[in-house]
Amino acid sequence: MTATGKIVAVNGNMITVAFDGAVAQNEVGYAVLGNERLMAEIVRVRGTRCDLQVFDATTDLMVDDKVEFTGELLAAELGPGMLAQVYDGLQNPLADLAKEASKISKDAEFFLQRGMYLPGLPRDRKWDWHPLAKVGDRVTAGEFLGWVTEGIFDNKTMPGHKIMVPFAFRGAYTVKALAPAGDYTVTDDIATLTDASGRDVKVQMMQRWPVKVPITCFTERLEPTETLETTVRTIDTFFPVAVGGTYCIPGPFGAGKTVLQQTTARYAKVDIVISAACGERAGEVVETLKEFPEIVDPKTGQSLMKRTIIICNTSSMPVASREASVYTAVTLAEYFRQMGLNVLVLADSTSRWAQAMRELSGRLEEIPGEEAFPAYLESRIAAFYERAGRVKLKDGSTGSVTIGGTVSPAGGNFDEPVTQATLKVVGGFHGLSRARSDARRYPAIDPLDSWSHYNSVIEQARVEKARTILRKGNEVGQMMKVVGEEGTSLADFTTYLKAEFLDAVYLQQNAFSDSDATTPIERQRVMFDVVEKVLQSDYSFTEKDATRKFFMDLQQTFIDWNDKPFQSDEFKSIESSLYKKVESAQA
Amino acid sequence: MFNNKVYHKIDALSGSVATLRAEGVKYNEIAEIESRAGTSLAQVIKLDGPNVTLQIFAGARGVDTAAKVRFLGETMKVPFSEALLGRAFTGSGIPRDGGPAITENPSPIGQPSVNPAKRIMPNRMVKTNIPMIDLFNSLVISQKLPIFAKAGEPYNELLARIALQADSDVIVIGGMGLKYDEYLKFRSTLDKSGALAKTVMFVHTAADPTVECKLVPDVSLAVAEKFALQGKDVLVLLTDMTAFADAMKEIAITMEQIPSNRGYPGDLYSQLAARYEKAVDFDGAGSITILAVTTMPGDDVTHPVPDNTGYITEGQFYLRNGRIEPFGSLSRLKQQVNKGVDKFVDVDGKKVNINKTREDHRTIMDAMIKLYAQYKETIEKQSMGFKMSAWDQKLLKYGAMFEEKMMDLSVNIDLIDALDLGWKILADCFDRSEVGIPSKLSDKFWPKA
Repeated sequence: MTATGKIVAVNGNMITVAFDGAVAQNEVGYAVLGNERLMAEIVRVRGTRCDLQVFDATTDLMVDDKVEFTGELLAAELGPGMLAQVYDGLQNPLADLAKEASKISKDAEFFLQRGMYLPGLPRDRKWDWHPLAKVGDRVTAGEFLGWVTEGIFDNKTMPGHKIMVPFAFRGAYTVKALAPAGDYTVTDDIATLTDASGRDVKVQMMQRWPVKVPITCFTERLEPTETLETTVRTIDTFFPVAVGGTYCIPGPFGAGKTVLQQTTARYAKVDIVISAACGERAGEVVETLKEFPEIVDPKTGQSLMKRTIIICNTSSMPVASREASVYTAVTLAEYFRQMGLNVLVLADSTSRWAQAMRELSGRLEEIPGEEAFPAYLESRIAAFYERAGRVKLKDGSTGSVTIGGTVSPAGGNFDEPVTQATLKVVGGFHGLSRARSDARRYPAIDPLDSWSHYNSVIEQARVEKARTILRKGNEVGQMMKVVGEEGTSLADFTTYLKAEFLDAVYLQQNAFSDSDATTPIERQRVMFDVVEKVLQSDYSFTEKDATRKFFMDLQQTFIDWNDKPFQSDEFKSIESSLYKKVESAQA
Repeated sequence: MFNNKVYHKIDALSGSVATLRAEGVKYNEIAEIESRAGTSLAQVIKLDGPNVTLQIFAGARGVDTAAKVRFLGETMKVPFSEALLGRAFTGSGIPRDGGPAITENPSPIGQPSVNPAKRIMPNRMVKTNIPMIDLFNSLVISQKLPIFAKAGEPYNELLARIALQADSDVIVIGGMGLKYDEYLKFRSTLDKSGALAKTVMFVHTAADPTVECKLVPDVSLAVAEKFALQGKDVLVLLTDMTAFADAMKEIAITMEQIPSNRGYPGDLYSQLAARYEKAVDFDGAGSITILAVTTMPGDDVTHPVPDNTGYITEGQFYLRNGRIEPFGSLSRLKQQVNKGVDKFVDVDGKKVNINKTREDHRTIMDAMIKLYAQYKETIEKQSMGFKMSAWDQKLLKYGAMFEEKMMDLSVNIDLIDALDLGWKILADCFDRSEVGIPSKLSDKFWPKA
């Protein structure tokens, strides 16, 4: 029996409810307001009263208004029909919301209507079901029962979308019956399973899973050793991300966090990208929405949108569903991971999520921690990033969830609680610097401060050598500001030019240029060989002007090289000319 | 359910907040308080059992414990009709210009956010005839852009000029914490040019109650939204959003909320975003463009108000020494409009070229800024006593010309003329080979001797 209650207090998006019966922490309840039902989640229980955060505006609620509890935690619907969707933080499809709202009035369709919730998976659409399991098979949660085709999961270039034994099923089941191949909706029964006690359970393609609970239907977690190819040179070579790893991108406003996330969403070599626009600008989501359908994913030959899911809870949408949005994103990712796929979750920005926690904590009058963030900030952030990982599934295949989160530190200062809590738990740190973005050196990932614990596409020792030159070059640059070029030795000056060269041709990458925006790993290796040759050579020059001229020429040639198609004749001829230039100038 | 009961006993008064016991009160509803201090509206901001907390728009000064409180059963509304144009009101909608009150079409303020699926990609420029904007950081319809300035900069003059020159259908001005003479100046400037007829003003002056200051953006944007839904392109000018944030801070502290950063409430970001995100180009209706002044206390961009604003808005203009700074100023949407290729869209059944710029736009923009950056370095060298080379001399000449003919806020020229002027300045100071412009463009545009 589910509980009911009555509102006793309203404060912002928080209501306090006196309830009868039993309620659970994080259980969902609905505040009844005339014809509208406003979704809310229990965040604290004290005696016979509980506090709920409401996922909508609380305007017009009154003391004594009724609240109905559902007995369920906040859950996502998982199954076919999620790809290419744009959801809000509670998994309401935004396009459908507009359509539904247009029934109210012409103007209403432009706005998100309060109390309007729609199913995350289309109910009327039919999917072509192909059974995989056989009657009599012993199955457990997460094992495959069959598959359907959906977008890129066409069963040709990519395997079909797997239908799995619901993750919530405990223990072993026997397959009693399977629906014959044919077209079914997500709520049609496609299998009957018998549990250990002999009870029959009907299974549908759709299952529900509480978003704040990790899905754990795998046999073991594996070490993230493989590099995730983002095709951004600075990242793959110097600060790599691992398949199943975690990384963060803190940076002040205007340093290019969002552009970097968008580039990654476009070019990263993964099966599925889930983009959570969490408390950010709506305009940027619109950009993705309008551009992605027109970009072709080289891997599948289909539009990029078909491998993408957008969770869009922009800054002006209710703050409680902003908190839910990152969990919804990672839950959807875990679902696809269970099929043996590599999924990338991009959360922009985790600071807005943390701020949502802070707002709620303030309303609950909890004792504040640093900068008024709640004391549990660190453990929440840690728990979120821990949902990333590479896992071995029950059938022996592997799947992964990689999480990259941007952080928007107040005043661009990394010493604030959210950045610090994040740095403790992630495997890679791509710190964006204002100085680099002001100098238009994009991506503005600071090559001296950033770090990564993962494996690079280039041997570690070689990368370290290159970084050493960057560091030394930077020191010389600082010194030169004081003593001028005249007071700098030729050797130091050459180091400075080498560092500038590495920065200009390799670290900087133009996200808006068709040819330069993406550099696959093989090409990075060839490029790095040349860069290394330039950096590790000693030159025969006797004066600074000649050295500078040499490096400027080298840089120009290299930048032209970046424009040429990989391994084309032009590419090869410029490559050998670069080597020749270096050799002829060597000491 | 309409609550007709009148309450006569206020239990607590603090700041602009009053608490009383009442029944059947809706969250956020409006009440009328009649006291020795006169009559004011108030809004329910907290319900706790029988206790109702009200925020009094006119402030609590003079409100007595026996004041009459009547709940109106509805949320804050603002009237909406064409008759608003040319008028000025206070934050709570009372005429400020001596004209008649307007009561038609009351529409609720602070409506839900726009469904991102119903937005379109911004693609139309707002022409201001200010080269530092049109040429270097174009303002785009549906953009939200703050002007960061320290106190004393001529930001209100700049806003007034943009209001006069921008080709929008309706202008809504929201003034917060304005000095009374600033309000009068705005009015007379607009009146002289005839732009007042398409302008609505909601003005809170420094002498008015704090709560009204907090209402100004909501009221302004609610009216703007109504006009936009009628298909109008609306330009909303807000000054000064720091005063708005300070009003929020004052109220939050009175309410004993836990402050997060320098006394500002924890939801400062969400509150600012809720207003700025009203900027929109509706898929199938008009648009709202927001230009807002944010004064930076102590000229510090890391102060919570400009800092949070920067994360929300699509770029920013820095106003420094009476000029829009080329460095740091950024329009994130300029790429959408300065490509220089024709772009035709359907406007009322006619094909209109919305991209009335030229193919040299981006190149001139980049080249002039790069050279200006070099000029700045030269200035530094000069001040340190280094010898000026021939190249340095050219840069010095260029820098002075650029500041005088482009950056000065009094410059008032069309974008195409500004582009031509750009070429002329370059040609006056440099050789063709020195400016780093592809020959394809300089062949066509470099002024003949």
